[in-house]
Amino acid sequence: MTNKLSLSQATMRSRVAGIVAHVLLIGASIAMIYPLLWMLSASFRPENEIFTSTSLIPSSFSLTSYVQGWNGLPVSFGRFFRNSFLIATLCVVGNVFSCSLAAFAFSRLEFRGRRICFALMLMTLMLPYHVTLIPQYVLFRELGWVNTFLPLVVPKFLAADAFFIFLMVQFFRGLPKELDEAAMIDGCSPWRVYWKVIMPLSMPVLATASIFTFIWTWDDFLGPLIYLSDMPQYTAMLGLRTFVDSSGVSNFGGLFAMSVLSLMPVFGFFLLFQRLLIEGIATTGMKR
Amino acid sequence: MSSTVELRNVTKSYGELQVVHGVDLQIDPGEFVVFVGPSGSGKSTLLRMVAGLEEITGGDLMIDGGKVNHIAPYERGIAMVFQSYALYPHMTVYKNLAFGLETAKTSKEEIKRRVLETAEILQIEALLARKPRQLSGGQRQRVAIGRAIVREPKLFLFDEPLSNLDAELRVQMRVEIAKLHKRLGNTTIYVTHDQVEAMTMAHKIVVLNNGRIEQVGSPLDLYNAPCNRFVAGFIGSPKMNFLSAAASSNGVRIGDVSVPCPPFETSPVTFGIRPEHLSIVAGINRIKLGTAAVDLVESLGGQTVVYASLADRQPLTILLEGQPAVADSVEVFFDFEKAHFFDRDGRKTLSKHVQAA
Repeated sequence: MTNKLSLSQATMRSRVAGIVAHVLLIGASIAMIYPLLWMLSASFRPENEIFTSTSLIPSSFSLTSYVQGWNGLPVSFGRFFRNSFLIATLCVVGNVFSCSLAAFAFSRLEFRGRRICFALMLMTLMLPYHVTLIPQYVLFRELGWVNTFLPLVVPKFLAADAFFIFLMVQFFRGLPKELDEAAMIDGCSPWRVYWKVIMPLSMPVLATASIFTFIWTWDDFLGPLIYLSDMPQYTAMLGLRTFVDSSGVSNFGGLFAMSVLSLMPVFGFFLLFQRLLIEGIATTGMKR
Repeated sequence: MSSTVELRNVTKSYGELQVVHGVDLQIDPGEFVVFVGPSGSGKSTLLRMVAGLEEITGGDLMIDGGKVNHIAPYERGIAMVFQSYALYPHMTVYKNLAFGLETAKTSKEEIKRRVLETAEILQIEALLARKPRQLSGGQRQRVAIGRAIVREPKLFLFDEPLSNLDAELRVQMRVEIAKLHKRLGNTTIYVTHDQVEAMTMAHKIVVLNNGRIEQVGSPLDLYNAPCNRFVAGFIGSPKMNFLSAAASSNGVRIGDVSVPCPPFETSPVTFGIRPEHLSIVAGINRIKLGTAAVDLVESLGGQTVVYASLADRQPLTILLEGQPAVADSVEVFFDFEKAHFFDRDGRKTLSKHVQAA
């Protein structure tokens, strides 16, 4: 009898603990998602209500902000999206290709000064972006590349992102060396080993690099701000800034509407590639 | 179709550390050569140098009379089977077999013909559409061998190919590899640490230890006439017994017994006798070694292994045919003809001349 009682007391206690934990977690989730919901509702409500109403539900539902935001600037917002897409896509291609090649060299090829080069590369990882900002600007100005996409894209094709190289080196080191050797005996050049053996087995790390490159370049504000000065060249992030003008009229409805839209690609890209992150197929097929 | 291989004073060093010391070896066309030795003996390193996966520090490697030290693995006309199989995990079995031929830009029809032919030889036709992860250990092993034969190499290299299989499968694959060699007739170098594999498969065994060749010869040569204590102890199972011995005035003294024989060139310090050459009953030409206390008896059915120790506590293994009754204490006899004597550091076997006892 006492046993039964204490048992039901125990289940009671664990149930209470579960409820408390859930309340806390749900509360924290709401605190996190609230700004996002607020922005979403602000993009649909009339302009004059944005900073006055406390409700999350708009009093009337309209798409005016979207229309205004898309067409309200001298250059259509579609143009900014196109620019952002172009830059982000080129950066993804450049990073995946050049960083994986560099990582292949560091992890698989024997060459003089490999360790020193690797250490130097890791040191650039610790250098803050802002230290190289001015020298880089001077360099690109001398090349005549300012006010083009080149300063934002070309470095990605030259394996400038040490973080991704490091990530890939770690991954490649986990792939069995016998695979390379088997491929060499099958007559493969290092280039073919890279392309036919290492690349297909590295989908998880390539997906990771793609996702982060896309999100980081899409969200990048400082780079485009420094190098792009004509409005037709603007990226979506620069476009958003133009809604809030220090000289006078700010279009907050348009700002929020376009902010919502510019979140979509990042969202979509992540959904598309996250499946690959989980698929680790690298070592099956070897001995257990 | 099959290559000659010649190693001339081949050495390998990693920085200061020398792991292979001046190896000389001649391998004839069609020969099945087994490199055998304990781990760290340099047998795999030697094989990888022949394959072209390790650089050769010194000496010459000749294949078919030409020096190939700096020639790429593929151009040496070799194929290799790895211990871990090293199948490409992302390709089907068919693709795994075809990959080398594709790299060599062989025509599609030719690739198909050769892959199907190889699959038939190894009985893996039903597996061609599968990925390596869907195969069992034995099947992966077959595919790995298939990937080697599909290229029609002149020289076959095996790097401990059976060590990841369970005992039963290992025996089965051992027989199949031997049959395959008989059928294809390629020169083959096979590395193993298992002396049973070496004895059963090889035409020629190369015993390696600490980066040096200890002895080269046919399996029976190594069994009957090991040239030093290492080879004597390595070849044969159960291992040869070693007892301390000394020259005496009219022969040699082993434990408590004195065996009359003509003098050796130097004084022997170790007496070696294989467990199967010991007996617990007296007979013609058998010399009594002494009385031994039996510690353990293993009955295998067909054979019986007796672990015993002599009066001076030196251990002794005796292998008897059949299922004899073994008492707690046995008298041990040996055949002088089958005995081996080694010098102080075990580097050399001393010749002996039998004299009627």
